[in-house]
Amino acid sequence: MFALVANQKVVIDWPCFWVVLGGSFLPRGVYTVLLFKMQFMLLFSRQGKLRLQKWYVPLSDKEKKKITRELVQTVLARKPKMCSFLEWRDLKIVYKRYASLYFCCAIEDQDNELITLEIIHRYVELLDKYFGSVCELDIIFNFEKAYFILDEFLLGGEAQETSKKNVLKAIEQADLLQEEAETPRSVLEEIGLT
Amino acid sequence: MTVTFLPLQEMIRAIRSARTQCEERGVIQRECAAIRAQFRQADNGGRSHNLAKLLYVHMLGYPAHFGQMECVRMIASPRYSEKRVGYLGAMMLLDEKQDASLLITNSIKNDLSNSNQYIQSLALCTLACMGSAEMCRDLAPEIDRLLRASNSYIKKKAALCAVHIVRKVHDLGELFTKAARSLLTEKNHGVVHGAVVLITELCERNSETLERFRKTVPDLVQIMKGLVISGYSPDHDVAGISDPFLQVRILRLLRILGRNNEAASDAMNDLLAQVATNTDSTKTVGNAVLYETVLTVLDIKSESGLRVLAVNILGRFLLNNDRNIRYIAMTSLQKIVGTDHNAVQRHRGTIVDCLKDQDASVKRRALELSLALVSASNIRSMMKELLSFLSSCPPELRSQTASGIFNAAERYAPSQRWHIDTILHVLTTAGGDVRDETVPNLIQLITNTSELHCYTVHKLYRALLSDISQQPLVQVACWCIGEYGDLLLTGECQETEPVQVTEDYVLDVLETVLQSHMSSPSTRGFALTATMKLSTRITENVDRIRSIVSIYGSCIDVELQQRAVEYNALFKKYDHMRAAVLERMPVIEKNSQGHTNGETIKESQTVKVKPGEPQQPANQVQANAAFYTVFSIVATVTVYEKDGVTVTLSCEKQSDSGLTVTLTASNSTESDIRGFTLQAAVPKSVQLHMKAPSGDSLPARGTAKLVFTFADMSEVYETKVSPVTS
Repeated sequence: MFALVANQKVVIDWPCFWVVLGGSFLPRGVYTVLLFKMQFMLLFSRQGKLRLQKWYVPLSDKEKKKITRELVQTVLARKPKMCSFLEWRDLKIVYKRYASLYFCCAIEDQDNELITLEIIHRYVELLDKYFGSVCELDIIFNFEKAYFILDEFLLGGEAQETSKKNVLKAIEQADLLQEEAETPRSVLEEIGLT
Repeated sequence: MTVTFLPLQEMIRAIRSARTQCEERGVIQRECAAIRAQFRQADNGGRSHNLAKLLYVHMLGYPAHFGQMECVRMIASPRYSEKRVGYLGAMMLLDEKQDASLLITNSIKNDLSNSNQYIQSLALCTLACMGSAEMCRDLAPEIDRLLRASNSYIKKKAALCAVHIVRKVHDLGELFTKAARSLLTEKNHGVVHGAVVLITELCERNSETLERFRKTVPDLVQIMKGLVISGYSPDHDVAGISDPFLQVRILRLLRILGRNNEAASDAMNDLLAQVATNTDSTKTVGNAVLYETVLTVLDIKSESGLRVLAVNILGRFLLNNDRNIRYIAMTSLQKIVGTDHNAVQRHRGTIVDCLKDQDASVKRRALELSLALVSASNIRSMMKELLSFLSSCPPELRSQTASGIFNAAERYAPSQRWHIDTILHVLTTAGGDVRDETVPNLIQLITNTSELHCYTVHKLYRALLSDISQQPLVQVACWCIGEYGDLLLTGECQETEPVQVTEDYVLDVLETVLQSHMSSPSTRGFALTATMKLSTRITENVDRIRSIVSIYGSCIDVELQQRAVEYNALFKKYDHMRAAVLERMPVIEKNSQGHTNGETIKESQTVKVKPGEPQQPANQVQANAAFYTVFSIVATVTVYEKDGVTVTLSCEKQSDSGLTVTLTASNSTESDIRGFTLQAAVPKSVQLHMKAPSGDSLPARGTAKLVFTFADMSEVYETKVSPVTS
């Protein structure tokens, strides 16, 4: 049995920022824990307004605000033709702009940036299919739906369903359930609850 | 009960149409007040509605903590619509740091056993998103149950929930091992994907589990083969690749299982070769799979042929039009440049071209990789590229480039002259971004290359004429002119076109540096000392030097003032020693604590020895240690010769911080001298141990000598020796 040298550095005030040291290409025999995890996803407009935030690590509100502010600034400062990847603190940031929205994911050191781009693209496709040619306003006025769709696609930061069709089917079913659960009152229907 | 609040979408509209921040805050405050009022009331129809409004407000950055308890209540509601929003609220407002989060544990537990899978799904999602370690411990058995006995929809979610649990509480991994194994055989892609992620996590946390799961390699290879060879599967196809997400995860798991294990690596060899060759690389998704394959191949014990294949894929990536792919390629090549150096060298040309890319991240990667690829055979061409990069690179990369160039130059310089030229080039282009050690390192290099003193001083003089703003360059130039000014004035040089200057010109240049507002205090110190040194190397304008030195005797800068005063003293009282004090520096030993940050040490044959010029206290010891090096060269110095008594002093460096000074006294008179003792005074910062003298009387006519030994002197500043005779 060989010993697992867990080469993690756990920073006290960011308990989930596990930094991988050395990563994969160390001399044989040295064994490090490789960590691949999405830490958070942010959607924001070109003016820097936050439209969706999904955090998969426990942080205080203050810390979240700070990160959001810094990251939004950093990404908005990038020029259009630049790389979709940047290094920020201990993480890798993968971002892509779709129309007026920036989709931004923070992944850990060993994660695959290219597949993260695919994940972002898949989420956009799901939103597009659901809302029918989605635009930023859809996500603003139906933000809770955007979250429900995200939660049906990713769980704990990992993709849970790789088939587009199945994700959309599940959302449809859940929406039906919600409709049934509400006593159909004309007042509520009028104000567009569903 | 009447509806007195705005519906969700109306509120959003109202907030968006607010023209100022103040107006927006007003709308939000009103709404929050209404929401709070509603929360306090008993069950009403619009609860989920209210919470949704609060969540929107929270996303804008306003406080929403008063909604936490409402979330807890909503989660416990039997209605799906309320649960859905309640759980969403919990994920947004309650994290494991909040006490209220524990209150939902029970609700989650109940919902996990709900007959409706969508309710189970909500609970699983929330637990996987924000479950604390305690919650995880409480609910782990439930999750295990769901892993075994439920439908695919739930199983895939339970698997990922288990991943979160294992990340939070490593020990709980044992619980899920069996279930994870059996999930691999399922047909549902989502379930298999979840299982692979779970197994990856379990193997990472526990080496025994890893051993056990190695047996699954053939199964994983089978699944992967199925995906790669299978025909078009509409459900999971992305641009011709069948379920790339699952492929990437399987490749990752294979990497973990194949590391450090020959057998496992062998078993996956063929498959990896197949994926590497058959995957379509025209779209990003294909490249994502190829990238993961490359990472796997390079990390396991793969055959050399497979490794070459992997590096070639990276080489192809380097030529890809897509900047992202080029960036990825360079990141990966950086990781293997140590182990597969030759393979990476083949792509050196492309990498160097990437130095000219527009994107700063790509430039940075290209720089790191280029520096790693410098070797003895390509040093000249690489240095050309690096120097041209230095002149046009973004400011945040200059310091890294400069130090990279210095390191490379030091290791692979084909000739001394090339080395000096390169350093001078860097100092002229990016003088402000080099590290502090550059100046003493360069000085040391120059001193050691005696055949190039003439060349160097000519080059530096010319550089000084054109620009005196780059401080490191100016410092080195001043030092050289001070040391080798005589070579400058001969007007001859073999290696380069000599300058024709007079002594006045040279002194003019030094004075310009002294007086310029661009010169830092330490630079001015260099210039003053250089001026002083020239007093022994020139013949005509010594008076000019004298006057410069005396002017600076009243300079506001204390350091300059002190120097000037001491130099003045050297002119007046110690003029007979001036030549010896200011003569050429001997070769400085490399790395012998010789970080003389600033002025180098002057030898002194007086007992009063001046220390070097440290810029910060930290350098004090180093500076003094450096002058011990000088001291050790001095054999014996006669320090007192009067009335027939001769006292000589010799020093030996015994240890890093200690010095042994031996005083030998001899008597050349006709009569004995008795009661001869020695007293030594040292400042408080020095430790002094005086060993017993060999005697206390000096016999006549030098027939014997008295020896006094001082050992372990550290930080000696000044030792006054005054023999006391009776």
